[in-house]
Amino acid sequence: MQPFRKHSGKAVPLDKVNVDTDQIIPKQFLKRIERSGFGEFLFYDWRFSERGEKVGDFVLHEPRHAKASILVAGKNFGCGSSREHAVWALADFGFRVVIAPSFADIFANNSLKNGLLTVRLNEDQVAEITRRAKEIENYELTVDLETMRVDDKHGFEAAFLMDEFSRHCLLHGLDDIGQTLVHEAEITAYEAKHPVSAEMETILGR
Amino acid sequence: MGETKGMVGRILPVPSSQTPPRTLFEKIWDAHIVAAPEGQSALLYIDLHLVHEVTSPQAFDGLRASRREVRQPLRTVATVDHNIPTSPRGLPITDPIAARQIGALQKNCREFGVPLFDMDSADQGIVHVIGPELGITLPGMTIVCGDSHTSTHGAFGSLAFGIGTSEVEHVLATQCLPQKKPQTMLIQVRGKLAEGVTAKDLALGIIGEIGTDGATGHVIEYAGDAVRGLSMDGRMTLCNMSIEAGARAGLIAPDETTFAYSCGRRFAPKGKAWDEAVKYWRTLSSDPGAKFDKVVEIDAAALAPFVTWGTNPGMVAAITARVPEIKSFAHMHDRRAAEQALAYMGLDPGMPIKAIAVDRVFIGSCTNSRIEDLRAAARVVKGQHVNPKVRAMVVPGSQAIKRAAEKEGLHRIFLDAGFEWRESGCSMCLGMNPDILQPGERCASTSNRNFEGRQGRGGRTHLVSPMMAAAAAIAGHFTDIRDWQFQH
Repeated sequence: MQPFRKHSGKAVPLDKVNVDTDQIIPKQFLKRIERSGFGEFLFYDWRFSERGEKVGDFVLHEPRHAKASILVAGKNFGCGSSREHAVWALADFGFRVVIAPSFADIFANNSLKNGLLTVRLNEDQVAEITRRAKEIENYELTVDLETMRVDDKHGFEAAFLMDEFSRHCLLHGLDDIGQTLVHEAEITAYEAKHPVSAEMETILGR
Repeated sequence: MGETKGMVGRILPVPSSQTPPRTLFEKIWDAHIVAAPEGQSALLYIDLHLVHEVTSPQAFDGLRASRREVRQPLRTVATVDHNIPTSPRGLPITDPIAARQIGALQKNCREFGVPLFDMDSADQGIVHVIGPELGITLPGMTIVCGDSHTSTHGAFGSLAFGIGTSEVEHVLATQCLPQKKPQTMLIQVRGKLAEGVTAKDLALGIIGEIGTDGATGHVIEYAGDAVRGLSMDGRMTLCNMSIEAGARAGLIAPDETTFAYSCGRRFAPKGKAWDEAVKYWRTLSSDPGAKFDKVVEIDAAALAPFVTWGTNPGMVAAITARVPEIKSFAHMHDRRAAEQALAYMGLDPGMPIKAIAVDRVFIGSCTNSRIEDLRAAARVVKGQHVNPKVRAMVVPGSQAIKRAAEKEGLHRIFLDAGFEWRESGCSMCLGMNPDILQPGERCASTSNRNFEGRQGRGGRTHLVSPMMAAAAAIAGHFTDIRDWQFQH
């Protein structure tokens, strides 16, 4: 996983609450068996008409927001389906950070596994960033995971919280399977005490 | 605390006066901790990993890339459900990308030795339907699946939650997951549900009350008389919808209803092992005095049959109510969200819910495709005919449910009334297969999500119970099931 330390980039205001993963990546794109190439389908039904034409006034299509790498959204971002494809699509499109007042649990977990930083700020702070991103041309934010701060060049500054272990994994881009396997002896001991049931032992023969 | 060994391999805690009272969640959590490294998340053992075609191919690829095996193939159970057609089995899959994804799962299961209930299996079905049905899902377990509706299995008093594909790979490789300990929420449902008010209405009522993020970061335990009074099928419906309130999982303490359901199922323990298991399962309830981080009280008697009017499951109204006025929302964000939702749904504020006409009806999904759901819908439909303007379909949750329903003659009732009777799968709940809504079509659906485009781009979904969906199919619009004239 790509480590995350500090990132500066253009912020784009989505300005919607309860953005569900069906919107982030609609189901018709979940049949692919690869992990890459989902960016072009990000927010597909909002970005493109039924005939595949660009929806010009969708915020990600505004030229001033081109190449944005920080997405600013309303509360409960990423709710609904567990599809990690949503995170793959955001990352593949070029996002490194999503800022919102709250995130759905599974989405936040999935983000963590892919080096996409989810930053929780309060409603007022998110509203302020949203306002600035709409009004200021080429509005940029800097998100620093080491100091756990978000700021811009216009006097906005905010601290955010993240649990220490998640932060540690992100800062170092740690492979979490490797970390779990450090506990091989404990896993084996647990399994010795809790064997597969006699009935499940027969499942392959069915 | 002393310990004795249970026949199904779980350690039986011997209560002592020093043990502080624990919630059901804490008991299951504590029993599955493999390691609790300082400054890190606890490492939780996963008893059962359910796998389907959509969220697993990249995980198996990950295993191959790092030369890892599936650690516990017999704790891993796969089926195909999300993108398979519900047309008669044996016909070719016309969508080549779906066929490739199904092919990938077949190959992965063969290569890694994972049991698969495939397309042609008599046990195929929606992953959250077949787990309980086959006795693979049992009380006290930790269960994960790359699907948010894994919360369904909490109905058995199991800690069951949805995970992403990276975590699927993690569990395949290690049979463990590092997990931050969630908070706990008790939802106490007092009183009794009225006739015609079902587990689905209870779930929608709760989400309407606490919101789609009301339980984020929490594991819900559902308790109270109304919950105890639910059958296992009803409990599964309720726990299934926990994720729609943002919860990590939903739980109901196992009781006689649970044991009676699981007893004798194919992969449930038998004989002495069963007795030992039940003895352990009886310890799985929240101790008196156990502390929850949040408590919500719901009055069952105040609930009505519900219909969602918007684009998330929290946007819900009683059948007797009207589509809300925009000004009734206090917060600016909610007003705008309601405005956008009504524009998408093609509804006017203030319109009576009963005046909403439907084009399609879908009875199915991991929320409401079990035998009792089909019986309830068939009772409404019996002797009636689907409104000529409506296309209606029933998609049983599994092949076993389909067979059971056919044995009872339920399929006859549906077919005679003009419903389509399909093969099992997720179908129109998420429209990954050919069962989708056309733009602008309005559907009464027994599924779990009314998100924009969920059932097909431009499609408009209203979530309801199976009885309410069946009644809408006959009437051509939503109608209060409590006033229904049953024909028998």
